[in-house]
Amino acid sequence: MALSGMRGLSVFISDVRNCPNKEQERLRVDKELGHIRTRFMNERGLTPYEKKKYVWKMLYIYMLGYDVDFGHNEAVSLISAPKYPEKQVGYIVTACLLNENHDFLRMVINAVRNDIIGRNETFQCLALTMVANIGGRDFSESLSMDVQKLLISSSCRPLVRKKAALCLLRLYRKNPDVVNIDGWSDRMAQLLDERDLGVLTSVMSMLVALVSNNVDAYWNCLPKCVKILERLARNHDIPQEYTYYGIPSPWLQVKTMRALQYFPTIEDPNTRRSLFEVLQRILMGTDVVKNVNKNNASHAVLFEALALVMHLDAEKEMMSQCVALLGKFIAVREPNIRYLGLENMTRMLLVTDVQDIIKRHQAQIIISLKDPDISIRRRALDLLYGMCDVTNAKDIVEELLQYLSAADFAMREELALKAAILAEKFAPDLSWYVDVILQLIDKAGDFVSDDIWYRVVQFVSNNEDLQPYAAEKARDYIDKPAVHETMVKVSAYILGEYSHLLARRPGFSPKEIFSILHEKLPTVKTDTIAILLTTYAKILMHTQPPDPELQDHIWAIFNKYESFIDVEIQQRAAEYFALSKRGARSMDVFDEMPKFPERQFALLNKAEDKEIDTAEQSAIKLRTQQQTSNSLVVTDQRPANGSHPPSQLSLVRMPSQNMDPSLGDQETTQANGILTKVDPQPAQSGDVLGDLLGTLAIEGPPGASMQPEQNSGLEATASPIGDLALAPLDGQPNSVQPIGNIAERFNALCLKDSGVLYEDPHIQIGIKAEWRAHHGRFVLFLGNKNTSPLVSVRALILPPSHLRMELSLVPETIPPRAQVQCPLEVVNLRPSRDLAVLDFSYKFGIMVNVKLRLPAVLNKFLRPISMTAEEFFPQWRTLAEPPLRLQEVVRGVKPLSIPEMAHLLNGIHLGVNLDIDQNKNNLVASSTFFSESTRAMLCLIRVETDPSDRTQLRLTVSSGDPTLTFELKEFIKEHLIIFPTAPSAPSHAHAPPVVQPQPPVVGAGSTDPGALLAGLL
Amino acid sequence: MIHFVLLISRQGKVRLTKWYSPYSQKERSKVIRELSGVILSRGPKLCNFIEWRGYKVVYKRYASLYFCMCIDADDNELEVLEIIHHFVEILDRYFGSVCELDLIFNFHKAYYILDEILIAGELQESSKKTVTRLIAAQDSLVETAKEQASSISNMIAQATK
Repeated sequence: MALSGMRGLSVFISDVRNCPNKEQERLRVDKELGHIRTRFMNERGLTPYEKKKYVWKMLYIYMLGYDVDFGHNEAVSLISAPKYPEKQVGYIVTACLLNENHDFLRMVINAVRNDIIGRNETFQCLALTMVANIGGRDFSESLSMDVQKLLISSSCRPLVRKKAALCLLRLYRKNPDVVNIDGWSDRMAQLLDERDLGVLTSVMSMLVALVSNNVDAYWNCLPKCVKILERLARNHDIPQEYTYYGIPSPWLQVKTMRALQYFPTIEDPNTRRSLFEVLQRILMGTDVVKNVNKNNASHAVLFEALALVMHLDAEKEMMSQCVALLGKFIAVREPNIRYLGLENMTRMLLVTDVQDIIKRHQAQIIISLKDPDISIRRRALDLLYGMCDVTNAKDIVEELLQYLSAADFAMREELALKAAILAEKFAPDLSWYVDVILQLIDKAGDFVSDDIWYRVVQFVSNNEDLQPYAAEKARDYIDKPAVHETMVKVSAYILGEYSHLLARRPGFSPKEIFSILHEKLPTVKTDTIAILLTTYAKILMHTQPPDPELQDHIWAIFNKYESFIDVEIQQRAAEYFALSKRGARSMDVFDEMPKFPERQFALLNKAEDKEIDTAEQSAIKLRTQQQTSNSLVVTDQRPANGSHPPSQLSLVRMPSQNMDPSLGDQETTQANGILTKVDPQPAQSGDVLGDLLGTLAIEGPPGASMQPEQNSGLEATASPIGDLALAPLDGQPNSVQPIGNIAERFNALCLKDSGVLYEDPHIQIGIKAEWRAHHGRFVLFLGNKNTSPLVSVRALILPPSHLRMELSLVPETIPPRAQVQCPLEVVNLRPSRDLAVLDFSYKFGIMVNVKLRLPAVLNKFLRPISMTAEEFFPQWRTLAEPPLRLQEVVRGVKPLSIPEMAHLLNGIHLGVNLDIDQNKNNLVASSTFFSESTRAMLCLIRVETDPSDRTQLRLTVSSGDPTLTFELKEFIKEHLIIFPTAPSAPSHAHAPPVVQPQPPVVGAGSTDPGALLAGLL
Repeated sequence: MIHFVLLISRQGKVRLTKWYSPYSQKERSKVIRELSGVILSRGPKLCNFIEWRGYKVVYKRYASLYFCMCIDADDNELEVLEIIHHFVEILDRYFGSVCELDLIFNFHKAYYILDEILIAGELQESSKKTVTRLIAAQDSLVETAKEQASSISNMIAQATK
């Protein structure tokens, strides 16, 4: 094979490779960058060939990891070159160097568009490829129509159309509006008839994205997907070149089954039967073969089929087949299959009642917990965690504890946390719980957060029977040579309180207890010293008659700490000294601590957090269902459903790694990421040349493996879970507490169109809305979180007088773990700020009734428009008088900078036009309001802020309708005065519910039941 | 969806990177640093998946090169593993027993080929034959342009003699 074809490039690459060390390499690279820079500065003398060559060099240097902060312009400019070779390089290098947020990209939108709409097929391909790889929102706005045309055009060849499909997918991901839902579903159905497999594969990727967002519009595609699957998996009706190791395009099969998983059910019996036949064939007909690639491909299909069967959850017959298959997989030698077996078994826990069958594999899963591969160990841990219940908790937790000492650092935190959660959740008796936690502190003290030991103390204090046992255990542990500081704390506390109960036993005399504890004092931090001082004082008081030797010793310590730098310690020492001098008269001061109130601890409010892995999620869901009373009662059966007040433990902290938040919009945290320190240049191994020249032997055996030391360091940073702020539901008789803050959820939904409206341990009500002029459509998603049905479900809408609302039928029963969707049509009759209320009730043991405000708020009927000064001022002048224009000085405004203010206005659909007002302390916004009475009505808003006092501003609102002007002005005021806090930030979880202003009762609103209710809420 | 593709040599040198999700330059180098540490240190007989920052990275080693693709946690891992193999087979077909050196000196070809297999983080073509044909067509386009250029310059050179 010829080398690059560009001599200069090859020479440069060779030079870099010949550099004996990193320093030389840097010198060589810097020299080259300097050269390129000079050449680019004087562009006139540059031939297209040279430009191309330099741009490639830049990419190579960039790939080596050096900063290349110039020359983007040259790369981008090649896109507009007339000839293919230059254009090709321009497109490809631009797509590698830049990302979608780069400003340079805006400059080429036109050039790219010209290539897309031009007649040259090869140019079209280049342009589509680049847009598909790095196109952002700007591209989606300007190009989506053109790309759509290419995709559905009958004159384009497949090579263009498959790229157009994926390009459109990219644009859709950046801006879902690019696909006009109504017409598009028919198009999609047609596209699924495509015979070219390349195009069909791309179209299927597109469909997966579409149905994952809005399955309802694409029901017509369902039978087609089943047909495609039949064609591939059953009929093998596919050109030879699209079979992969004898398997008809495994990728298309996987994608098709993925798309099908977004449809909740398949109602048509024929379609359903056909699909199940195919699935049956895949489940039964996949054998393990020798060829690795064939095996992987067939199992890729098989695992997707398993997921689809789990989703359709239909015939129990097939489900047991699935479990049997998975049982087989988790025991095989092939690590990939074992990994996936464990992963899918964990998923299976979520969807069906197969726990008992899965439990049979417990021994095998525990073996995987000790696998050499950390990926597999993590899966095993997640699965064990998910499958744990009262029947097997003892075994599993003990297994986890045993493994804890051997486990690598990267997993300890997670292990410790999971063991603690399981121990608390499923403890068969309290002494076992104390044992587990003390062991946990002993083996992994660094990973046991304070919450966990507080919790032990709380249990011990509240259970008298447990106290002597705990004291005995605490003494055992503290007596060990090197104990963790957390152990010192918990032991000191328990021994101080309860060691006197055992005073007569050998080894438990006050003196002995004191001397064991006092050994630890020199090595601990101040907060532990404080606990130790208290313990000493308590020991002293329990020694009646006093032991003069012990007394002198302890007094000497108090004396010493009376001058300690830390005021807390100082004060304690002084007070304890004075009190203990008074002898038995101070006895009551040093009495046992009172029992803890049965506190309502917050449960982990993270179930919706995508950051948590699936097993975590399942466990949280399980837990929310199985909440029992606060005390860990001895129980052999699963807690009865729902009738208990949902009080519970906050155990702990979620594991979260020390992640860099800078990874853009990626969701970073994850319970099981590992943090590894890496040497970027691992030691060179001997056989470099052999590596370079060795073919990338397909299936080649790995060469002598050189393994740099993995410094896995793990920084345990744990983020505390906030107690959840419970929004009080005054006057509601239910004892089911909502999860999350209802008011915050509502406020968030006022600004966005989908999210959770309400959640409690039994139900989750999600909401999704679409708005078109004065029409709106909600879909309420009622999800039953339990494994038994919710009955007597009733949903009533109490609309305010300005909204016409129609809720479709809500079924009376929601089956276990099912979600029902109820569309709700909304028509806005006239402007008003009154709110609609959903009166929702269900029965799960007890009747639960909640009244929820629906986010059909004023701003949903606003559409921001952008205006120029020429358009704006004539309108502004015509609407100059009250009541069409109202002006008010608003005080007590939340202080916001101008950009923040603009963001706020844009958030409520008032389009801020930055260029109109010359004064930069003012903001001008415009929007169209839609209602049946006003039709489309222009609204103009001006906000004049006072830079010296950000808490006040002058607000002017104009529109062609007096009511609208008034309502809109009041509405904006509400948002300025109390801006709803962002609900997601964890620190806000503590914040008290945001107080909604009472909607002022105006005119017609006063007779409105919805408005009255909304006021009550 | 595939968020990025990395080719890393056993010595930790980067041979190809392709990012389908927006990462800044700083993030890119951080990701490469972190992942090459994790992947290069894994033993031979382990599974081909690692869990990383809430994503999964599917990787496979071919001789001295590690091919890595980062996907969402709920994507189909084996499917992606075979996309890697599909890519390698096409490289092999194009270069004829491809080796790391081919990919060093012809790194731009590797990018062309990748673009015919994956775009927008999704598989666009699963037929090796089609991909090979399209790459050959591109090569000949470039070749033709070159010839044209040289013949015109020849003509000019002739004319100005």
